[in-house]
Amino acid sequence: MSDLIRLSAAELGERLASGDVSSVEATQAHLDRIAAVDGAVHAFLHVDGERALETAADIDRRRAAGDRLGALAGVPIAIKDVLVTEGMPSTAGSRILQGWLPPYDATPVRLVREAGMVPLGKTNMDEFAMGSSTEHSAYGPTHNPWDLERIPGGSGGGSAASVASFEAPLALGSDTGGSIRQPAHVTGTVGVKPTYGAVSRYGSIALASSLDQIGPVTRTVLDAALLHDVIAGHDPHDSTSIPEPWPSMADAVRRADVAGLRIGVVKQLDSDGFQAGVRQRFHEALELLERQGAEIVEVSAPHFEYAIAAYYLILPAEASSNLAKFDSVRFGLRVTPDGGGTVEQVMAATREAGFGPEVKRRIILGTYALSAGYYDAYYGSAQKVRTLVQRDFDAAFASVDVLATPTAPTTAFKLGEKLDDPLAMYLNDVATIPANLAGVPGISIPAGLAPEDGLPVGIQFLAPAREDARLYNVGGALEQLLLAEWGGPILDRAPDLSTHELLATEEGAV
Amino acid sequence: MARAELMDYDKALELFEPVIGLEVHVELNTTTKMFSPAPNPANSAFHGAEPNTLVTPVCLGLPGSLPVVNGAAVRSSISLGLALGCTIAESSRFARKNYFYPDLAKNYQISQYDEPIAYEGSVEVELANGRVFQVPIERAHMEEDAGKLTHVGGSTGRIQGAEYSLVDYNRAGVPLVEIVTKPIFGAEADAPELAKAYVSTIRDIALSLGISEARMERGNLRCDANVSLRPRGTEPLGTRTETKNVNSFRSIERAVRYEIQRQAAILAKGGTITQETRHWHEDTGTTSPGRPKSDADDYRYFPEPDLLPVEPSRELIEELRAVLPEPPAARRRRLKGEWGFTDLEFQDVVNGGLLVEVTLTVAAGATPAAARKWWTGELTRLANAGQTDAASLATPEQVAELAALVGEGVLTDRLARQVLEGVVAGEGSPREIVEARGLAVVSDDGALVAAIDEALASQPDVLAKIRDGKVQAAGAVIGAVMKAMHGKADAARVRELVLERAQG
Repeated sequence: MSDLIRLSAAELGERLASGDVSSVEATQAHLDRIAAVDGAVHAFLHVDGERALETAADIDRRRAAGDRLGALAGVPIAIKDVLVTEGMPSTAGSRILQGWLPPYDATPVRLVREAGMVPLGKTNMDEFAMGSSTEHSAYGPTHNPWDLERIPGGSGGGSAASVASFEAPLALGSDTGGSIRQPAHVTGTVGVKPTYGAVSRYGSIALASSLDQIGPVTRTVLDAALLHDVIAGHDPHDSTSIPEPWPSMADAVRRADVAGLRIGVVKQLDSDGFQAGVRQRFHEALELLERQGAEIVEVSAPHFEYAIAAYYLILPAEASSNLAKFDSVRFGLRVTPDGGGTVEQVMAATREAGFGPEVKRRIILGTYALSAGYYDAYYGSAQKVRTLVQRDFDAAFASVDVLATPTAPTTAFKLGEKLDDPLAMYLNDVATIPANLAGVPGISIPAGLAPEDGLPVGIQFLAPAREDARLYNVGGALEQLLLAEWGGPILDRAPDLSTHELLATEEGAV
Repeated sequence: MARAELMDYDKALELFEPVIGLEVHVELNTTTKMFSPAPNPANSAFHGAEPNTLVTPVCLGLPGSLPVVNGAAVRSSISLGLALGCTIAESSRFARKNYFYPDLAKNYQISQYDEPIAYEGSVEVELANGRVFQVPIERAHMEEDAGKLTHVGGSTGRIQGAEYSLVDYNRAGVPLVEIVTKPIFGAEADAPELAKAYVSTIRDIALSLGISEARMERGNLRCDANVSLRPRGTEPLGTRTETKNVNSFRSIERAVRYEIQRQAAILAKGGTITQETRHWHEDTGTTSPGRPKSDADDYRYFPEPDLLPVEPSRELIEELRAVLPEPPAARRRRLKGEWGFTDLEFQDVVNGGLLVEVTLTVAAGATPAAARKWWTGELTRLANAGQTDAASLATPEQVAELAALVGEGVLTDRLARQVLEGVVAGEGSPREIVEARGLAVVSDDGALVAAIDEALASQPDVLAKIRDGKVQAAGAVIGAVMKAMHGKADAARVRELVLERAQG
């Protein structure tokens, strides 16, 4: 395995800046890695090596010409397939968008390109980001690099697995209820859901508009901060994007200091419902922070227990409307019934063939929740719960600077284990959903391996809206403490996937 | 389609009280669309664009695209709301109206539902007989238009029987304001005329604000008419129908009258009215049932999560209020005085929905009398023959030019009518038509004298009579001269010359 692929994005950026290595070399190294292991991991739905190398060569030329370039210029990046990319397939993991070539770039993609980063391709995901395991992708599941029999989390399992398996130094993800943070938790990577409105949603294929947020997927906290600084900022194309400027997240990591920081442990998310090893690593991490001068206090968030119920009304309601545009008239799949049909029949046949079962389940749920006579009881009540969850956060943040929880209840489960039990699947997001309902930012960073199964465990920090820098402060500090404890990055302990080269499987077959 | 039975109008009014409600859609003429930076085809700068050229990812509802509210459209909507006497909401919200239709790119329409931008207003409307109504306004809300379907392969041009349909998304996202009245009671036999006069007043308001081109024939202004009847002496409202596709002022009046007569015939026989939308057919002057409206219609409205509430500042509202144009009723009173029209002449203009046309024609240089004469005379006659509105046939500039040509003596009234036919046929400006058709009056006395001398020579008996002082005998000679000049002579001048030559 080339050393280039084991560098963090920040390190690679420095090597590129010093002229020690070219972007073409770095990009080729990652393309080689993808060729070697992605047959087994299946993190990517689409790789465009030719265009990536062209982009890399262009950056190399600009650097040689003396252009001033950003810290991540020339660094390859993987992009979750939920973001539209001009001239590059963008399916959101769905059959209904097979073959569609978008005519425009999502704003975060545009910003990444403008920063000189090199898009490698598009990563796998649960169809329309509905799921916690990437098993709901229409193109077959992604495999967890720590154990190919296990799920990489979801919906952004592809982005997390690509970073964890060194196919890309970093990636873009999207988080509607935990789709960045939960995959980070099960793959030993870092994932950040910024404040709602921090990163433009323009060009992100919408799941639930009031919950979706784009964010970084990386191996280090500094890398996440550097990428966060690239993609955050006001976008006139997204009315919900925050107009005010942001402080540098990278600076927050570099100046990380937790002395005097008040960390609240959410009582309701520190219970028997969490796997023993997950809780153990969580508390060990808190002790490390306490030894550095942080103050750990218990806080109560009494309405968090209703968050999942509210989430599974608000999300399907918005999704049922957002997904109505997939009707075969203007783009994507078109299925015509035998012997032709009316436009309604073509729409119905297309949606029947193009959507998977989880998508249909949520469309039906959402359509029902918005129906006349049920709206108040379902959608209306869910919005009230959402307000109560926001009040829980307000009350907690009145006394603490950040909140801490385990990111998810368990380590990576086996592929197929929860596929037939939607409720069990939904419970994966119990700790991550409240942040989306309230619009507050969250980060998940590796906290170690669970003693009972040797699989990665993450710890989540949550901050008040617009205080994303606090996450990078506490996350950066904890990362340094843990690295010292472990003697190196946790991913050093992951299996060497290159031995799986010959075990490359057919898409979807395990 | 079986022709519906109609009750005599007076009889229907004897038995039932008509209650009407009107929904008017006004297309705003902003430079860009309601939620996208695409050019707005309801703005004259972008007329006649090829299908699907005025579109962005937002208009097409492409995955990932997001709407952004057009501030100019919000300001136009506030101005319109203020002109309708409405309260402007401190905070109003967009909502999604969900239904599948191929002209609706996202399969939901962004509209306003329970929080419209303007509510509770009133508009003064005056009828031909001098009755003045205060039409109560329920609300005015902002929304986006849908695209346009063209059905190909059927005989009717409608979706039934078509082989396939073409979609043009240029219109998708055009900014609309929908103005909804409260139920209007007490119009009685004037209900059809009130409906027409109300829409005409809305048009006047939109034009004086400069926020819309407001041409019904272009679909800038669209009216849905709700009609219900209740038996005399009863309280509860009857079941209503909503007649759509009413695309001219005269149709509005006819459609309401038709529905009153149709519903009365059904109710008088003990039948019930089906709550439904009905389509107006201009050619037959009838309505036919469209989609039944029922509780099954569930648009699953919910607040649009992609947009923030619209919260105009007090300052902006007051700024827009300060520059509101004169209200239509006051303006009418003022214009009537300024133009010096009789009551009857002025009502002719108002009833024809031609107030704006006459105003603009006067502004373009015509005398009020000439402007009134052409609009309420020849153009109205042509409009009636073509079952359309006079305003759709010519522009005020063209009419002013025509009046100027008559004033200059280039055209006689008779020739001017021919020129006007050319204008309506789209042959160009009056001057261009005069040129192209060679219609100018022969004002060369030499040519006239030659023709007169010839006519007098061939009718010596007439010449003798004229010389005897029987001046009326000159008519025969004048007729012959006009014929020889193919009508392109000023008859008064010919008469002068005939008398002169006869004496000579």
